[in-house]
Amino acid sequence: MHDSLSLFLRRVLFMIRKELITTLRDPKSQIILILPVLVQGFLYGYVANYNLDEAPYAVLDQSRSKYSVELVSKFDGSGLFKRARTLSNATQIADCIDSGDTVMVLTIGPEFAKQIASGQSAPIQVITDGRNTMTSGVVAGYASAIVANYNSELQNNQNLIDVKSITWYNPNQLTHWGFLASLLPMMSLSQIMMLAGLSVAREREDGTFEQLLVTPLGPIEILIGKAVPPILIGLAQCTLVLMLSVFWFKVKFVGSLATLYLTLLIFLISCVGIGLSISAISSSMQQVMVYNFVVLMPIMLLSGMSTPVRNMPEVLQYITYINPLRFAIEAVRRIYLEGATLGIIAPDFIPMVIVAAVTMPTAGWLFRHKLS
Amino acid sequence: MFSLPDFTVIFMNDFLRRLKALVLKEYYQLMRDSSSLTIGIIIPIMLILLIGYGLTLDIKNVPTAVVLEDASPTVQDMLSFMTGSEYFETHYVTSMREAEKLMSQRKAEAIVRIPSDFTSKLKRGHADIQIILWGVDAATARTAGGYIEAGIAQWQAANRANYPVASTGKGAVVVTSRQWFNDANTSTWVFVPGLVVMIVTLVGVFLTTMVMAREWERGTLESLFVSPVRILEILLSKIIPYFCVAMCGFWLCIFAARVLFNVPIHGSFLIILFSSVIYLIASLGMGLTISSTIRSQFLASQIALLVSMMPTMMLSGFMFDLRSSPLVIQAVGHILPATFYMELIKSLFLAGNNWPMIIKNCSVLTLYAIFFIILSFKVTRKRLE
Amino acid sequence: MQPAYVVETEQLSKFFKDKASKTQITALTDLNIKIEKGKLTALIGPDGAGKTTLMRMICGLMVPSEGKLTVLGRDITDRPQLVQNLLSYMPQKFGLYEDLTCQENMNLYADLHGVPQDVRKERFAKLLHMTGLAPFTGRLAGKLSGGMKQKLGLACTLVRSPSLLLLDEPTVGVDPLSRRELWEILKQLVSDEHISVLVSTAYMDEAAMCQHIIMLNHGKVLANETPEALLDVARGLCFVAATPPGIPARNLQAALLDDKENVIDAVPESGNVRFTVHSTDCIEKLAALKAFPGLQTWPVDVSLEDSFMMLLKKSETDPDDSPEFSLEYNKMPERSDQVLIEVRDLVRKFGDFIAVNNTSFQVHKGEIFGLLGPNGAGKSTTFKMLCGLLPATSGVLSVAGMDLRTARAQARANVGYVAQKFSMYANMSVKQNLRFFGGVYGLEPRHLNERIEEVMREFNLTSVAQKSAGDLPGGYKQRLSMAVGLIHRPPILFLDEPTSGIDPVARRTFWRQITAFAAAGTTIIITTHFMEEAEYCDRIMIQDQGKMIILGTPEHVRKEGGNSRTMNEAFISIVETNRNAGT
Repeated sequence: MHDSLSLFLRRVLFMIRKELITTLRDPKSQIILILPVLVQGFLYGYVANYNLDEAPYAVLDQSRSKYSVELVSKFDGSGLFKRARTLSNATQIADCIDSGDTVMVLTIGPEFAKQIASGQSAPIQVITDGRNTMTSGVVAGYASAIVANYNSELQNNQNLIDVKSITWYNPNQLTHWGFLASLLPMMSLSQIMMLAGLSVAREREDGTFEQLLVTPLGPIEILIGKAVPPILIGLAQCTLVLMLSVFWFKVKFVGSLATLYLTLLIFLISCVGIGLSISAISSSMQQVMVYNFVVLMPIMLLSGMSTPVRNMPEVLQYITYINPLRFAIEAVRRIYLEGATLGIIAPDFIPMVIVAAVTMPTAGWLFRHKLS
Repeated sequence: MFSLPDFTVIFMNDFLRRLKALVLKEYYQLMRDSSSLTIGIIIPIMLILLIGYGLTLDIKNVPTAVVLEDASPTVQDMLSFMTGSEYFETHYVTSMREAEKLMSQRKAEAIVRIPSDFTSKLKRGHADIQIILWGVDAATARTAGGYIEAGIAQWQAANRANYPVASTGKGAVVVTSRQWFNDANTSTWVFVPGLVVMIVTLVGVFLTTMVMAREWERGTLESLFVSPVRILEILLSKIIPYFCVAMCGFWLCIFAARVLFNVPIHGSFLIILFSSVIYLIASLGMGLTISSTIRSQFLASQIALLVSMMPTMMLSGFMFDLRSSPLVIQAVGHILPATFYMELIKSLFLAGNNWPMIIKNCSVLTLYAIFFIILSFKVTRKRLE
Repeated sequence: MQPAYVVETEQLSKFFKDKASKTQITALTDLNIKIEKGKLTALIGPDGAGKTTLMRMICGLMVPSEGKLTVLGRDITDRPQLVQNLLSYMPQKFGLYEDLTCQENMNLYADLHGVPQDVRKERFAKLLHMTGLAPFTGRLAGKLSGGMKQKLGLACTLVRSPSLLLLDEPTVGVDPLSRRELWEILKQLVSDEHISVLVSTAYMDEAAMCQHIIMLNHGKVLANETPEALLDVARGLCFVAATPPGIPARNLQAALLDDKENVIDAVPESGNVRFTVHSTDCIEKLAALKAFPGLQTWPVDVSLEDSFMMLLKKSETDPDDSPEFSLEYNKMPERSDQVLIEVRDLVRKFGDFIAVNNTSFQVHKGEIFGLLGPNGAGKSTTFKMLCGLLPATSGVLSVAGMDLRTARAQARANVGYVAQKFSMYANMSVKQNLRFFGGVYGLEPRHLNERIEEVMREFNLTSVAQKSAGDLPGGYKQRLSMAVGLIHRPPILFLDEPTSGIDPVARRTFWRQITAFAAAGTTIIITTHFMEEAEYCDRIMIQDQGKMIILGTPEHVRKEGGNSRTMNEAFISIVETNRNAGT
């Protein structure tokens, strides 16, 4: 019993070592495994940002009064907006927005000062560019906040109700925090599925798979040998993104590393299971790539990373229950930013474990039976 | 003995005959290869449905826990803006502990806490409300927080007079915001034009990248090269069928935009068509260039993803506004043909004909098209070395 | 006026840069050859001699590094397109479009070459008839067997009559029947249409059919003469030795081949051994006389292969690095009645197509058993079922008492396997490959290193231990595959076309190893395309169209094949008789 176990382990180790060598010996494949991770990490860190700094805006001040100048100076001094143009009449608004030079046009009507002084409400208009709904929403939100502040000042800060708003886990409401955390599982997903998928298809095309099947290796040994290396590489990629996020973008990691890696491990097992199943049903590397693409698209789009799942149509929401990425992103974000404990995120494991439990044995069985 | 025109006719005949044969071959291959059809037809349809129906950046139905430690009619009146609003999905609880539990179960992304002494303090002229936002999804947090504060501020302005609070007698500024070009205020309107860009890029670059590399990999070019065939004919024979496939994708998107998602087309449709053709030619040129240089399907497809699909998703303004990212990244975004095409298409769909932009972006795209087509000719040689 | 030569080279050289080692590799040096118009010229030489490079330069796919190359009266570097309009070229692996049908492939090339519709009809009919592809015009090229693909490639190349036809090893991997058909087409073309043809080949019987032969080795010309003149090289130095009773011919052949001082080459032929010597007085000094006193030898007619081997061996300056395997030449093999492999009523169907039909045979312990047959005969399918890579549709199949497909994993440890295609991990080093396979075959860690060193010594792989397997030259790849197949000292060895695509020198080395293994008691099952290799086997089975048509000793098969002298003739005769009887 002991002997056969040690033989089993030895064979699996040889398989794993071989897989790692064949995957990593070529410098080109090392680059392919690292470069996209870094590039996307940096891009998301910088680009996936719905916070605007010094957003260009234009002003049409028809009031030209003490109050209007005061209000505009609040906009200019906020750091959120930067005046790009000062308009003299309403016909110029269209050009400002059309050309995309400014994200907002602030118009203050001629009656503004009179309305304020007489205690009436004084409407101002904020025109935003709807071609980018996200920016448009953010800009309108900023404008409201500045105006609310100004209103409070007009009343000498004597407010009836003080609203104290705090944001947990992300006090400055920086969107890229959430994106970078989501990137940990997402980044490794696409490459790991592809890697796992191609490793079998490549062996089939090169003829080495038959050579493997005539050795005493059993399906379980082949399966473990094929699954472990992509998982290790995936974990390494996750670590890379984690370091990028913590040390370069200074997003503080508040959770437990053990919980994080356990989550990533379970997630990667389910990814590798999907990848291996794809490769088991494909007959060429090209097919693997295409099927991977077909499977990856919905997995990524329906992951809730950039658009919340709750806003999807109901049918799609049900489909997301078999999407391991959805639950991985949720769990990782909460571990990373909230410091969520194992007990809290454990329910997220269930869908991932089910996916892994279905795909892995399927792939293992298909290894030998596919050939016929 | 023959005059020059005769010679031209003979040359054109040969050229057209060979081109026809090659295009026919390409067509057969396309129709019989399931993976090309999958990328050319099935993935575009899937993208249209998923992005059209599944993706939305609109912040709606934010689950919000309202802690009513004080549930007086005043409080209910004040919070009435939340009930019935499409932005919130409210759960009323009585203690902070319950609310926090909801948040940790992800059943609440915002907590509004009305302290037990709220009404009595309000009557004395000053009260507090606490809002706690779930910062992991910062975009939602910010917007939801803004909505709640604005709602309370409005109630305050309207009811100020009824409470003993010092007043300067000045009015309050009220913001009315208007979003141009997107009357429905839905991100679908923004995503669908972006989809046109995605799909044209997908077929133009990604699919085309595979075809030349496939010929290198299968060794079919060696026999083809030693024949009267010219490089021009080989490249044209790749461009023509894939141009047609991409145009199918394009029409599919236009159809979906108009019929499924009711996205308006304010600009000239002819210019949309025209600029798409130019962008497509640039993409095909880029795909063929990569394909001829790399000669391995796997590597070529990875590179195509890296230089076309990924930047198109991230840097062209499809998902993210580049205006707040570092200059370097803005610069990278602004050398991509996709960025120019995206800007143009969104404007043409949602804003109308903005001639200076149309002329500028079309010229840039034309330059790209010429550049990549010339480049693809430069890198394709009838040589095996 | 047309020049008398279709190809002329002056001091033609070609160098490549090796990216990995940054060194320059010389493919061809100072080549001065002239190829005559209207003749069938053969290009022969071992692997890596520069044959393909020369072909590719002639059709303008590669640029000469130095020297001048004139094709059809034009400098090829000038306007390659003008030459490409006039010649047709069939690369070693003809790039058929696999998702196009035969007809569509031919149409494509006819259109590209501008064959007019009226000419086309007649031409196609002729080509389809000659290649026997007429019934398959609607079939996808990817679904054709290897030999049929090759013939379709030739048909596509011949859609019009070119001024010069270049064929790069058109018959590699093609069985004798298809080969004969291909050559008939070629000969007819030269006589009917006066095309100049340059064909490279690994088969000497094919070269013998040509009017002129150019032999290359290491990028230099070794011979440039008519076949008759080439025969003179070894004339008078060829002999046959009679195999003593009870001894396999391969043992005698090994004894002769190992005697490098006297003997240049030796092959089994018709039960005896044909060999060539350095000079006639070597006959008296043969080392084999020690093992086989009273060995009878007599002179025979020279063949092209004898001359080829002689030129090649004499031009080799490098020391022979082929591995040595000790062997007791005169030891009688122990005949055992123990049946190791048993196949009864084996059937394998793919849909409606019957790939293997009711095949039964037994292999005894210590035997070399050969599986022969034309392309698509079912050899590979039978072989895959034996190895447990493919389930049988029906029938009984046992290897060492078990069906490998369903047997517990450990049963497979009794078997060594060498695939038809090189199937080692190309980007792992030689040593890493050996370590991996040794490891999965369950060798004890402490024995593993020892065993790796041992097989690397045996197969002379020590010098390339750190090299990537994919970068090895052909002969080394072959040896690595064998080393892996034998790393766990299996009692049974499966070899699937191990010699296809390797040159005669490497084939000799390979069979010398097999002889040694068989003598040591290993049971060997081998498939091969080279009919003469059947002479090394104890028993052979010939399959055609899925059916077993003959089973027996090589002698028996030759007798059945109309008392043929060579196995090639016997094979063609048996298969043809069988096919005629069937229809």
